[in-house]
Amino acid sequence: MQTFAYERPATLAEAVALLDTHDADSRVLAGGTDLVLRLRSGSEKPSVVIDIKRIADLRPGIREAAGAVTIGATTVMTDVAASPLVRRHFRALAEAAAIVGSVQIRNRATLAGNICNASPAADTAPPLLVYGATVVAAGPRGPRRIPITDFFVESGVTTLGRGELVTAIELPVPSRRSGTVHLRRTRRRGHDLASVTLCCSVDEGGVTRLAYGSVGPRPVLFVDETGTLADPKADDEAKERILEKMFAGASPSKRSMRASPEYRLAMLRVLGRRALHTAIDRLAEGRTDG
Amino acid sequence: MSAVKVGASPWRVGGDARVTGHQEYVADIHLPGELHAKLVTLPVARARILRVDTSAAAQVPGVRVVVTAADLPQPVPRYGPQFKDRPVLAVGETKYHGEPVAAVAADSKAAAEAAAGLVRVEYEELPAIVTITSALDSAAPLVQDPALRPGDPLAATNVMRVHRVGWGDVDAEPADVVIENSYSFPMVTHFAIEPHAFMAAPDGDGIAVWTTIQHPYWLQRILSGILGLPLSRVRVIAPDPGGGFGGKQQIKYEPVVAFMALQAGRPVRLVLTLEETFQAVRRTAAEVRVRTGVRSDGTLAFQDIKADYLMGAYVDIADRVVNKGSYVGAGPYRMPAARIVARGILSHTVPATAFRGFGNPQINWAVESNLDEAARALGIDRLEFRLRNLARKGEAFIPWDTPADGDWQQTVRRAGELIGWGTPLPVGHGRGIAIGIKSGPTTGLSYSTVRLLADGSVIVYAGTSDMGQGARTVFAQIAAQELGAPMDWVTVVMGDTAIVPYDAQTSASRSTVLMGNAVLKACKSIQSQIRTMAARLHRLDEAAITVERGVVRLPDRELTILEVLKPGLGSLGGELTGNGESRKDAEPDHPLQGAPAFFEFNCTAIEARVDEGTGDVVIVRHVTVSDVGKAINPLQVRMQDEGAAIMGLGHTLMEHYIFDEAGRVRNLGAIDYRIPTSMDLPLELHSEVVENADGPGPYGAKGMSEGALLCVAAAVAAAVREATGVVIRDLPLTPERVWRAVQERDRDPAHGRDER
Amino acid sequence: MVDTLPIEMTVNGRRRALEVAVNSTLLDVLRDDLELTGTKECCDVGECGACTVLVNGLAVDSCLMLAVEADGAEVSTVEGLAQDGKLNPLQQAFLDKGAVQCGFCTPGQLMAAQALLAANPHPTLDEVQEGLSGNLCRCACYVQITEAVLAVAEGTPQ
Repeated sequence: MQTFAYERPATLAEAVALLDTHDADSRVLAGGTDLVLRLRSGSEKPSVVIDIKRIADLRPGIREAAGAVTIGATTVMTDVAASPLVRRHFRALAEAAAIVGSVQIRNRATLAGNICNASPAADTAPPLLVYGATVVAAGPRGPRRIPITDFFVESGVTTLGRGELVTAIELPVPSRRSGTVHLRRTRRRGHDLASVTLCCSVDEGGVTRLAYGSVGPRPVLFVDETGTLADPKADDEAKERILEKMFAGASPSKRSMRASPEYRLAMLRVLGRRALHTAIDRLAEGRTDG
Repeated sequence: MSAVKVGASPWRVGGDARVTGHQEYVADIHLPGELHAKLVTLPVARARILRVDTSAAAQVPGVRVVVTAADLPQPVPRYGPQFKDRPVLAVGETKYHGEPVAAVAADSKAAAEAAAGLVRVEYEELPAIVTITSALDSAAPLVQDPALRPGDPLAATNVMRVHRVGWGDVDAEPADVVIENSYSFPMVTHFAIEPHAFMAAPDGDGIAVWTTIQHPYWLQRILSGILGLPLSRVRVIAPDPGGGFGGKQQIKYEPVVAFMALQAGRPVRLVLTLEETFQAVRRTAAEVRVRTGVRSDGTLAFQDIKADYLMGAYVDIADRVVNKGSYVGAGPYRMPAARIVARGILSHTVPATAFRGFGNPQINWAVESNLDEAARALGIDRLEFRLRNLARKGEAFIPWDTPADGDWQQTVRRAGELIGWGTPLPVGHGRGIAIGIKSGPTTGLSYSTVRLLADGSVIVYAGTSDMGQGARTVFAQIAAQELGAPMDWVTVVMGDTAIVPYDAQTSASRSTVLMGNAVLKACKSIQSQIRTMAARLHRLDEAAITVERGVVRLPDRELTILEVLKPGLGSLGGELTGNGESRKDAEPDHPLQGAPAFFEFNCTAIEARVDEGTGDVVIVRHVTVSDVGKAINPLQVRMQDEGAAIMGLGHTLMEHYIFDEAGRVRNLGAIDYRIPTSMDLPLELHSEVVENADGPGPYGAKGMSEGALLCVAAAVAAAVREATGVVIRDLPLTPERVWRAVQERDRDPAHGRDER
Repeated sequence: MVDTLPIEMTVNGRRRALEVAVNSTLLDVLRDDLELTGTKECCDVGECGACTVLVNGLAVDSCLMLAVEADGAEVSTVEGLAQDGKLNPLQQAFLDKGAVQCGFCTPGQLMAAQALLAANPHPTLDEVQEGLSGNLCRCACYVQITEAVLAVAEGTPQ
């Protein structure tokens, strides 16, 4: 591992200033489960590493206020998965957070770090898209709120600007009850990286949201407001048409070792249908978010 | 205190140190003044080396040694357990992705890494052969310089050697049905949790080497040849490895580390990264074509097998793997005719070496799968078919060789019972059953010395390597039982060629039998000396005294060994020493240079269900039954069998090297090479042993620990076939592969479909 | 730019103050600087769990933590499990159930199991398997390891 300057700012303003000054020569260190790996392999050689875990404003925590649940930037996956707030209102996010890596990884990896790493296969991204999360960022030009749908660009790239860092992820408490589920495809039952990762929600108003990742450069969200997908009695063909439109945007990498494009596209459909059924069932059985 | 130690499961000897973190593995050992080494490799599969510039590397503060082929004795020494083909460092050409071109040693790990990164190698990438087909192409470049094989007609090809075994006349043997198919077994790696590690230090006018090696004496012999030192000046210290599975059997980077240590005059240590271990050792891959002839009465007619094994760029022990693995390829059956042609084929890949199963799993996958299909074609139950054709105890299944040494039908029947063969299956489930056989050691030599100390405590010297299979404990149990000592009064000393007498090797599941017998003989020698002592003390004829399991029986009473030893040694004290030797001499005319001392025999039965939408295979029930003669430590036997079974699920369901078009390995390391985790177990795993005390080892033991891996793949694939109708002949059965097969089945009902 | 920084952490109950290289991991510092070689190095990418230690009671892969991040933390390693030379119930159970073969993954398994039981004293089989899935064992003693953890759970009062 090449050496670097290790900064441990005590305030958000200091962190922003460091990021703004060093820009592409710096990296934010939260959980470290992506960064430390890269530092060791040499695929990243920042001159400055900014550890944000001592910043009072960024302490870990999950709070509800004014119709929104806010997840602090340094909150780890274990706590996201175990949070009663998350489990009550955002079940699929709890499900996703619970299977990111192993217990050891989840005890360190942060939700904010997961989305900033912007892997197309990030398991928490589809639920965040489905739940309409907002990324709260701080930067040299002040705070900014970025809808999650505007956050991911491609592998490793987000719309965060120079000097910006994520301070929290905010999820609006759902106003409607919905059945949601997170599903994914892996090569074994033990911890793994996903070759398809998917979240589906069906709400009592008949709106279906389906988000998926690892089949294209960034995770994507589709919404069906016609009520067709949500209706268990609707025509299969009609549902297929809508689902196919949702999946038409998938463009899996041809270079991936984990799965071929053909398999990924097929699994997208298999998981998509299964997720839809489960979401509908959960809504019907009252095992809902909200 | 129980006198019976054998057949009980006392705590693992060395277990305490392992649960407290005090067990010293090679990477935990540090010597004063040590230097840290790092290997320099190229990011290509094969390259011509044009120039190596070490000047920048040598400038890094703390760097003490930088070595390339040019800095070694010329011509660069070549070594290998079978052939001296591998140079200490690449000469003129790197022949696989990961072959070291240079090495540096520095005061710190950081300096060594930095320096290694500064070694500038000018090279020209060359086309690499990484498959059997490309290796056999007439226009293929030769992996090995023909000059290394003078007089060998195959030297102008990439075929290293051809091994033929056969009997009867396959072409003339009448058969009512002939099933012919081709199967493939992937490249997989050992992935011991402890990466290989090596340390060498000048030792007086000789050298001491610490290494994760399984065969310390074999290494000692090769090193002494390379370094030009007598054996007495080459000390190999071999701490218990953190898992070996065959990947640590043979010499690897000890020579380059030794040269650096001698040059620097200081200890040099090299600990491989996990990625580097993937580039150092693997199993031979294979493509096997099987033609099985059967008769409508359900008997076997012939097996006609062509097995091509893909070796790496250097032979290592892979030729022996091909030879021995294919030898029993026709299986433990009554077989009127057989023809097995097995070829070892060189390629520009990681040198393949020994790996649990030693060439048998690859051919077993093909032959047992084919037998399954033959049974189906005849309309005969697959379990019944095997039982009918199994060689009976005492029958030769290879006409001239060691006959069946167990009641194998008992093992197979038991597996059938445990899996519930023939009982109704839930919808979507399938069952498979397969048989595995492997030859034990064909030659061998193990010495043991046992010392009975004045207070009744015991020291056992045994040169076996305990890499987790529990050899230490087994030997301690034998000595404890024979000499009447409590288990914690027996110390087992292993892993130091300067102290422990010679042991040829730890492989082929031999140690309980060969070294166990040596330990037993050493104990019996001590018992005999006790007898003499007792006769003298009590003025009796020796013939009137027996010494057995720690008890001295005189005509009128019984004494403990200690009650004879103390007065027998008298005021000067002292000790008694016994030596034991187990020797199995070579038979030069035998195709394996010796008949197998015993066979490992296993029957594996699987119940599986398949998620046809995704291709996921779930092992609902995994039964494994092994014929072991005598389980000296039943718990350790169970652990070895279950461990082997789960390891078998690895290559069956998920493990394989992935290459790019240029022949480089893409999935080095733990992220994209998947092995079973605690969540990938069969829903139920059940292991049992058959003990008929019919082995050549102590108390009737046979060797074990590889058997339960041999036929896992065939049993699983058979279960998948029954569950879905799909036939898959290539491993691993990843979800994607199974899914594709299901897709094909649904697209074309006539193709690959199977009548249940 | 400084290459080293002073940190203070408590390791197995003992306060340690040391100067660590900024580009070193907690694993490096434990093994090389503190000579606590019980924690093992294998994959270095946070996949195998051989390097598992407890940091403030949580099981983490020490290969993925910079040493400087451990400043102010309480670290527990396998060497701290036995008290006064007496094996703790988990260590005993591992030996009783045969959950140790080559032993290289054992320290990591023990620490992960320790943390699992601390948070969940009566786990189900599934919970044990999932909780330990970040600890690879190539000898594949998974069944015996799980049995050992469940045995300790059973022996713990409800």
